[in-house]
Amino acid sequence: MSRVTRPLFGTRFARLFAKAWLLGGYLFLYLPIVALIVYSFNDSPLPVVWAGFTLKWYGKLAQDTEMLEALLLSMQIAFMSATAAVMLGGMAALALHRYRRFRGRSLFNSMVNAPLVMPEVIVGLSLMLMLVSVQHAFGFPRRGMGTIWLGHVLLSMSYATVVIEARLRELPPPLEEAALDLGARPWQVFWLITLPMIAQSLLSAWLLSFTLSLDDVVLSEFLSGPGATTLPMVIFSRARLGLSPSINAVAALIVAVVSIGVIGASLWIARRERKRVSS
Amino acid sequence: MKTIGSPKLRGASGARWVIGLPYLWLLVFFALPFLIVLRISFSEMDAVRVADIWSYVDGTLSLKLRLANYLFLGEDDLYIRAYLSSLRFAAMTTAGCLLIGYPFAYFMARSSPRRQPLLMMLVMLPFWTSFLLRVYAWKGLLSEGGWVYGLIRATGLDHLLQALHLIETPGMLMNTPFSLLIGMIYTYLPFMILPLYANLSKMDMRLLEAAADLGASPWVAFWRVTVPLSRAGIVAGSMLVFIPCVGEYVTPELLGGPQSLMIGRVLWDEFFGNNDWPLASAIAVVVILLVLLPMAVFNKVQEQAKGRAS
Repeated sequence: MSRVTRPLFGTRFARLFAKAWLLGGYLFLYLPIVALIVYSFNDSPLPVVWAGFTLKWYGKLAQDTEMLEALLLSMQIAFMSATAAVMLGGMAALALHRYRRFRGRSLFNSMVNAPLVMPEVIVGLSLMLMLVSVQHAFGFPRRGMGTIWLGHVLLSMSYATVVIEARLRELPPPLEEAALDLGARPWQVFWLITLPMIAQSLLSAWLLSFTLSLDDVVLSEFLSGPGATTLPMVIFSRARLGLSPSINAVAALIVAVVSIGVIGASLWIARRERKRVSS
Repeated sequence: MKTIGSPKLRGASGARWVIGLPYLWLLVFFALPFLIVLRISFSEMDAVRVADIWSYVDGTLSLKLRLANYLFLGEDDLYIRAYLSSLRFAAMTTAGCLLIGYPFAYFMARSSPRRQPLLMMLVMLPFWTSFLLRVYAWKGLLSEGGWVYGLIRATGLDHLLQALHLIETPGMLMNTPFSLLIGMIYTYLPFMILPLYANLSKMDMRLLEAAADLGASPWVAFWRVTVPLSRAGIVAGSMLVFIPCVGEYVTPELLGGPQSLMIGRVLWDEFFGNNDWPLASAIAVVVILLVLLPMAVFNKVQEQAKGRAS
């Protein structure tokens, strides 16, 4: 590349500075994750003093029924809320992308964007108060797994919409039109053309929604009822009390599972991409 | 603005569902709850439930708006201090993210195109692992004996932090404004980097060539061409960081210690600790009013970015 297009990289010092800044940034981003994993193997109840290698925290974790039950509940909620969020978010993305004008579009658009930034305590409080009002009037729903699911769908739907809409914007519109001209019906166009082309973004949106749900404390605390304790709620209540090696072990496991999932998914996406380019 | 898809496709009968279903969902579960919060904020707590602001007695419908919750927010300086301190922490977090994130996104966008997807993925990856656990990890890193604690002590940086009033005594990093700030910057940094990178990587390089041809030094071109052109990215990133920071709860609770006053925590305590739902609602209404303006700005920038892309 020429000197002009890389303006601040003229000198060797500047190049070195850029590398150092990037390296420092990544170090900052990854340091906590590395520390969590390293100290999950630490043979000391105090997670900041190194006292030799052990696997005992993982053994303890296997017997920690509170944690395991919470994990099971969280996985169920995450699975269901990610599925619903992708469906609703996909519809919202299609609506925003395809229909440039409809009544109330700007309200719709701001309602899709708002949960991305709205402080979670506000969303949690308001949703909870509404559910209580409904409960007073009709006697249902009881707070628990279903209401947590509701909150998580609301939050992750916005992220799903952003991811899917970004992909829709990259699509070449002539393809859909060509299919229509060749006699395909609109629903056929959707199933045969649009859906396969946005499949990757649906998968990314699903994974993102899944992790958001698996990670959320605030909405769950507001919306849960007796007996419905999610994994982040357990982790949060222990973390509040202080450092606990059991959290490190959970963290290391989550990081391992997520890395395998994300790497697997991106390999799959890369392969599809290659196939698409070659065909 | 260009229309996408043929009229036939847009006129498809699915339109009503595709728009209607998510619309209805958001109206019922996102917009309606805010109206209920507003209503409850003008109410008071009965023995077990919130009193209704409407009453119908002897054929008279009366509306009773109780302003006491709002007046109370003004009287007790705890609330005003909490609001101001939340805004201050949110502003400091935004500034910190911008300071670290802008050069980061810039260097990312100007590194070799082949390496960029990898660099991008490395920014996204921590996002996939639990945010709660990563914040918790800072507890260990900043406690006595932790890695970062050791580094800061060894370099004497803690004296600088003390001079900046971010910590009180040099040996104590946890449960200070400093630990809170580190945690918040850490949490929100990717939200700053991603929109900035998206913006900077799309920049038209011919403009920089033109600036160079007209005699601008790289440094001048950076400040007078690159930075102004990336304004949309700066605004989007700043709003993505600032707005949620104002009401942040988890990070202050885990890293902030008792002195770091944040409005999210005050709301939480009124709700869960004192069970005062009307007061918690009034606090929430004021928070919403505070973030409404930045939110409108965010919305506008989002729309503009989409408009340019399509």
